[in-house]
Amino acid sequence: MKKILRTSETHPLTWWLNENQDVVWIKEYKKKGGYLAFEKAIKSIAPSEIIKIVKDSELRGRGGAGFYTGVKWSLMSTDENINIRYLLCNADEMEPGTYKDKFLMEKIPHQLIEGILISSLALRVSRSYIFLRGEYIRAENILRQAISEAKKYGYIGNNVFGSNLSFEIFLHSGAGRYICGEETALINSLEGRRANPRFKPPFPASVGVWGKPTCINNVETLSNIPPIILNGVQWYKNLSKSLDTGTKIMGFSGKVKNPGLWELPFGITAREILEDYAGGMNDGLTLKAWQPGGASTEFLTYEHIDIPMDFSSVSRAGSRLGTALAMAVDNTVNMVSLVRNIEEFFSRESCGWCTPCRDGLPWIVFILRDLEKFKGHKDDVKLLEELCYRLGPGKTFCAHAPGAIAPLRSAIKYFRQEFDSCLESSQIINIKFIKGVQPNNKI
Amino acid sequence: MLKEKLNDTFELSNDEKQDILKHKNYYESSRASSIEALKIVQKNRGWISKRALYEIAKILEISASDLEEIATFYSQIFRKPVGRNIIRYCDSVVCYMYGCENIKSFLEKRLDILIGETTKDFRFTLLPTCCLGSCDKAPVIMINDRVYSNLTLQLIAELLESYR
Repeated sequence: MKKILRTSETHPLTWWLNENQDVVWIKEYKKKGGYLAFEKAIKSIAPSEIIKIVKDSELRGRGGAGFYTGVKWSLMSTDENINIRYLLCNADEMEPGTYKDKFLMEKIPHQLIEGILISSLALRVSRSYIFLRGEYIRAENILRQAISEAKKYGYIGNNVFGSNLSFEIFLHSGAGRYICGEETALINSLEGRRANPRFKPPFPASVGVWGKPTCINNVETLSNIPPIILNGVQWYKNLSKSLDTGTKIMGFSGKVKNPGLWELPFGITAREILEDYAGGMNDGLTLKAWQPGGASTEFLTYEHIDIPMDFSSVSRAGSRLGTALAMAVDNTVNMVSLVRNIEEFFSRESCGWCTPCRDGLPWIVFILRDLEKFKGHKDDVKLLEELCYRLGPGKTFCAHAPGAIAPLRSAIKYFRQEFDSCLESSQIINIKFIKGVQPNNKI
Repeated sequence: MLKEKLNDTFELSNDEKQDILKHKNYYESSRASSIEALKIVQKNRGWISKRALYEIAKILEISASDLEEIATFYSQIFRKPVGRNIIRYCDSVVCYMYGCENIKSFLEKRLDILIGETTKDFRFTLLPTCCLGSCDKAPVIMINDRVYSNLTLQLIAELLESYR
């Protein structure tokens, strides 16, 4: 396994960590140069200039969609008459296979806080909320303490650095439900409503939480802001080996020798991560399939292992980079059962707002369970493909259902024989389909 | 025991009231603080009864149906009595590869309940949860506020003994 030497030059997000990987509290953080970026920003850079720097850095959102952060920021309404704007930090990390935001919040909380403060400055926000997932109790305690430390040192509060600006950061801890991570659902949840997604447009940048312009960024995205401000755009661009700029927390989990996460430049190949960092597959196992970034990304196979990990390369291979925390599936796992588990998750977490998602996902689970138990029906695989189409992009209210069928569709594409062999072993019962009326079985 | 729990007359304590009012200030509207209010009450009582809902709605000055809409949506708000200890086992994809279904059937058998049920002595409630963000240390379960990782069935059996 590779020995990792973290320096501020090459590992802007994780070089703060000491050997024992303890929490970096404010004293240590300041000693290593923390909050200098905030000081620089507040004293010498105009808000519009900060937005321009972030735009020039081509930082892309790290929550999964990969939208350019600078562009998102410049969409925020700059109307002088609106004096209330909000910044929401999306820390509702619940994607199966993802554990990067938790790591950043539990180890280097001040980097996130500094990122939020600089972003608040740029977007002229005085009150920001961190929407934290309810189950992350350790992260909650650490963030609360870090926020109160930052208050004590005068970074949060009134007249920061002698200016007339004031900043507040509130920590909101949620109460479950995966859908809260969808940005408009997150707004509804924060307002104390059911976490159903909202229709776009209007986009949150013009009408967001409590009707005010709102910017929503992921934890890792915001953590990238301080190093960009401090070290400049050119340095940040040079970090990466590909078109996407900067570094990304990437990892591998599943049955590998050394599962974990590492800060790596974009453009590193999946094979390098798997073999050099994660130590390769466990003895006796081979890699059959892998998901590049969370449960809602398409499966790729061993053939794709040499693709560079960046947004465009992974999507050219037919998947999404997502959160870049990959999951390895070994040769002993049956794809039908694995996909059944993934679809059970998505079916349970559907908010129930629109019909294809609410009824389609349980139906998929029902079919997969039948197939798994060798009780399939003749056209089941075809039916699954039909459902993948019906739940695909553009046919549902939000991205939950398209994300849910991504692993299913790709599993059928690459491992069709496994689905077919489940069907062949089934005692096939022919159901006569009646057009327009579908079986409505309760699970 | 269940009957006793259900017939309980309900009144919010002063601490709870103050805590709720304190959190109300953090948000722009009282409705936004409803999740926090429910969590405060649930922390003390274990679950949210119908009477509790009315009482909280009164303090927040929102309608009880608005509050119930939230209480029934979010998975961590309990609308039925639960045990003293909540076991949440992760059933997401990485833990699945590490045998979470064995853990599930082991727990069901050992506690003699099914998923979503509570033991008769109100010691444990068993629930599934999605990815707890410890995939590098799978399989994982969470008991109350603590996450336990790299588990084996033997370790789980020992763990259960430490919760009364």
